[in-house]
Amino acid sequence: MSSCHGDTPRAGLLPNPSILPPRPVNERPIIVAIVGPPNSGKSTLFNRLTGLRQKVANFPGVTVEHRMGKAKLKDNHEVFLVDLPGVYSLHPRAEDEQVTHDVLKGERPDFPKPDAVVLILDVTNLGRHLVLAAPILSLGLPTLILLNMADDLALRGGKVDVAALSSELNCPVALISAAKGTGIDGIQQFLMGTAARLSAPPPKIELPVLQDVPKCRQWAAKLGVRASYRAPAPPLWTRRLDSVFLHPVAGPLVFVAIVVAVFQSIFSWAQPVMEGLQHAVLWSGHWMTLVLPDSPWRGLLVDGIWAGVGSVVVFLPQILLLFLFIGILEDSGYLARAALIADRTMAKFGLQGKSFIPLLSAYACAVPAVMATRVIENKRDRIATVMIAPLMTCSARLPVYTLLIAAFIPNIPLLGGVLSLPAATMLSLYVLGFVVAVAVARILKSTILKSKGSSFVLEMPPYRWPTWQSLALRLIDRAKIFLHRAGTVILVVSVVLWVFAHVPLDHGKAPTLEHSFAGMVGKTMEPAIKPLGFNWKIGIGLITSLAAREVIVGTLGTIYGIEGDEPSKGLQAAVHQDLSTAGAIALLIFFAFAMQCFSTLAVVKRETGGWKWPVFQFSYMLALAYSGSWLAFHIANHFLG
Amino acid sequence: MASRRRAARHSSSRAALTLADLPTGQRCVLDRLDLPDDMARRLMELGFLPGNEVVPGRRAPGGGPRVFRVDGSEVALRHETAARLYVRRDPESDLVVLS
Repeated sequence: MSSCHGDTPRAGLLPNPSILPPRPVNERPIIVAIVGPPNSGKSTLFNRLTGLRQKVANFPGVTVEHRMGKAKLKDNHEVFLVDLPGVYSLHPRAEDEQVTHDVLKGERPDFPKPDAVVLILDVTNLGRHLVLAAPILSLGLPTLILLNMADDLALRGGKVDVAALSSELNCPVALISAAKGTGIDGIQQFLMGTAARLSAPPPKIELPVLQDVPKCRQWAAKLGVRASYRAPAPPLWTRRLDSVFLHPVAGPLVFVAIVVAVFQSIFSWAQPVMEGLQHAVLWSGHWMTLVLPDSPWRGLLVDGIWAGVGSVVVFLPQILLLFLFIGILEDSGYLARAALIADRTMAKFGLQGKSFIPLLSAYACAVPAVMATRVIENKRDRIATVMIAPLMTCSARLPVYTLLIAAFIPNIPLLGGVLSLPAATMLSLYVLGFVVAVAVARILKSTILKSKGSSFVLEMPPYRWPTWQSLALRLIDRAKIFLHRAGTVILVVSVVLWVFAHVPLDHGKAPTLEHSFAGMVGKTMEPAIKPLGFNWKIGIGLITSLAAREVIVGTLGTIYGIEGDEPSKGLQAAVHQDLSTAGAIALLIFFAFAMQCFSTLAVVKRETGGWKWPVFQFSYMLALAYSGSWLAFHIANHFLG
Repeated sequence: MASRRRAARHSSSRAALTLADLPTGQRCVLDRLDLPDDMARRLMELGFLPGNEVVPGRRAPGGGPRVFRVDGSEVALRHETAARLYVRRDPESDLVVLS
């Protein structure tokens, strides 16, 4: 079955040419698919094997993410690993299951059929996880079965005869611990051998009828008996922790405490690093001014690019800290409990607990959040979740919030020093985003997205220690994406803005900002934003931030860089000239509600299959932002005088 | 591993018992799933197979979904789903599991 693919040149068919360089026809890359049920430790294994040589990508046409990575073998060959979505069976039902099914069967035109399969199963729940072995082995591909969480099994008094299982299934089986890294060497040997194999011998034990779930489960049980499998004792720590985290009173309190702690620490821990970076950017800008000869190019480099990009890069530590916390919550298994706690509340707004997971990751970034909505089976629930996801305070808003709060909100301790006024302001913006989002969901679900009762089925994984490796990989990934954006979108916007701020030439000299193209655009739109307390300079920022929210910080950096206000005063001092405190509050509200992100709109379009929903989303959020900031400006003016 | 059950299905005249009716820790044996095919298959893949033992566990704070121990793992279901899963109490293991 697989041999008929043997001679096709596959390199050209692969996605992500950047990590899959074209190869000579006779030396096509070997592709190994990693398959496993959810919570089997698939991603941890993938990270172990590929390290930094990996990339997240999407199958064209569907929103299912897959990761590709390279593993270097001891014999210096390289193998491409693809991490497929977690499945319980190959019975295609949801979109991600369909992808796993199609890739393994070689039915995706855009992706070659894998040469071999690594099936990873949680050995602490072998009876149920072995069910997946039946459809995988029936594919006839060379297969390695990894029994993960070997350390857990031993600790909790379970055991399994690996050799017996291997001989029953007629394929290599290994006990490993992906988290601890034990048993990984055996995988190398299997991968080195895959090149030689074309197909796999059929298992000794007869495979069950795959459509029949009870039959498959009985087959797995029989297999377990033959491999003298003894299930481990129940995970005591998980039960102990759940008795706290799911306690009727303590549970919600812990939940709130975790959220508050995260936001307070983002503010206080990241501050020193950010200040250090800020000084480095300013100092290096000065240094360049001194070393470089005076020319328009120096202006472009120092005031345009350096001030623009630099003022955004400063926020990297804060964003990484947020991703670190979300990573810990997710890897430890707490997020599933959070979804459980949230279900009842979400149900009141017409959503369900599973919507909570994408909504929480939307606090980091709406793009992965929109893709994460695929866990929601009900289509209307899913679209409603997609529609409100960008209202969650994503990390791109952090630079804007941080700048405005630091510049306008005095540092007054609250609640006896537990919280400061700036941190409380930040927290209220986060809460505001959430409250408005659920209100919008409620409206959508009772009007255009009305649906019959949705269901909620979620497996609760045991609690685990997050590994440093997987957390570090997440952060490196995020840092790359952020810096890439700073190096592309923000760089381009900064350059374009600088140019627009320097034309048309006035007697061969650059005009004042007010008379430049950029200034004219700002001036033209000023009447529309005046009622919100913004002047034309903020208007320029609002336009550039349509590309991405944090761009406004870079834009203001560039504008003030051009105007030549002593740069040492910094952005915080400079914005005071253009905004009153009431205007700053209005601007915060505007950024809380407005849909200023190309990437999100693009992914929503792909997700919902057309322009209808992204256009709707952009319009309703703009209306919300305009009316919200108008209200905020007038209320704030009333109280602040 | 969950014990396999006997075929002796005594048709009781009482109102049928569902997972939603059981107190926390009350062991029971799943009889049938009264759900649309797709949903039933999904639950079966998660371990809710007729004949398997199910133990109701914690309820989410504020009366949300409930966690059920089934086939070596824990799965949360809403009340309305649990009310469609018919169970019987197995006299051989009719215990209340603590913790």
